[in-house]
Amino acid sequence: MNVMYFAWVRERIGVPFEAVETAAATVAGLVAELSARDDRYAIAFADITALRVAVDQELSDFDAPLAGVREIAFFPPMTGG
Amino acid sequence: MRVRIQDAPFDAGAELNAFSGGNGVGAIVSFTGVVRDTDSTLAAMEIEHYPGMTERAISGIVDDAMARWALIDVLVIHRYGRLVTGAPIMMVATKSAHRAAAFAAADFLMDYLKSRAPFWKKEITADGSAWVAAKEADEDALSRW
Repeated sequence: MNVMYFAWVRERIGVPFEAVETAAATVAGLVAELSARDDRYAIAFADITALRVAVDQELSDFDAPLAGVREIAFFPPMTGG
Repeated sequence: MRVRIQDAPFDAGAELNAFSGGNGVGAIVSFTGVVRDTDSTLAAMEIEHYPGMTERAISGIVDDAMARWALIDVLVIHRYGRLVTGAPIMMVATKSAHRAAAFAAADFLMDYLKSRAPFWKKEITADGSAWVAAKEADEDALSRW
């Protein structure tokens, strides 16, 4: 699946998006998998209460299942307007 | 519904004039957000967004407003990229037969655009740059609706 990062999450991880092969069942499982892979992720995902997640471009939560999902995005709370 | 996401500047007055008019329109309300520089340290604002989700999220918010109030039309323009101080960031306009719906819907749209449209602001100063943190009050504002 395609994993995207925005704002300071993108800056900490160092790429705007990447293709990720995962066996994780949920968003939280993917976060744990990435965090174990490299410190950049562990640092960016250290406090997931400070993060929001979108699943296939809809705001979702960390318990959301990944089956059939094409795109996940992680970002800080939005500051539009 | 007219929704535009763009990096180019826009003329809020001209946009409002173009939006005005129409059968049965008795009230038009608009809001324009501008890059504020309160202590003359801000050099620019950079706005990042999530192409694709931005359009979906804003269309969804406008649909909610149109389902909730008797609106004739809604305009939303939101910029991204590098913006200088004093420049317009975004605007919302609503039109309806009567003012109560137009005011309430514009207020609702602004509350939701602030916290539910995927934009992130970064302030650029002479000393560096910093992401603007979301305010708890902005999230709390959603519970009004």
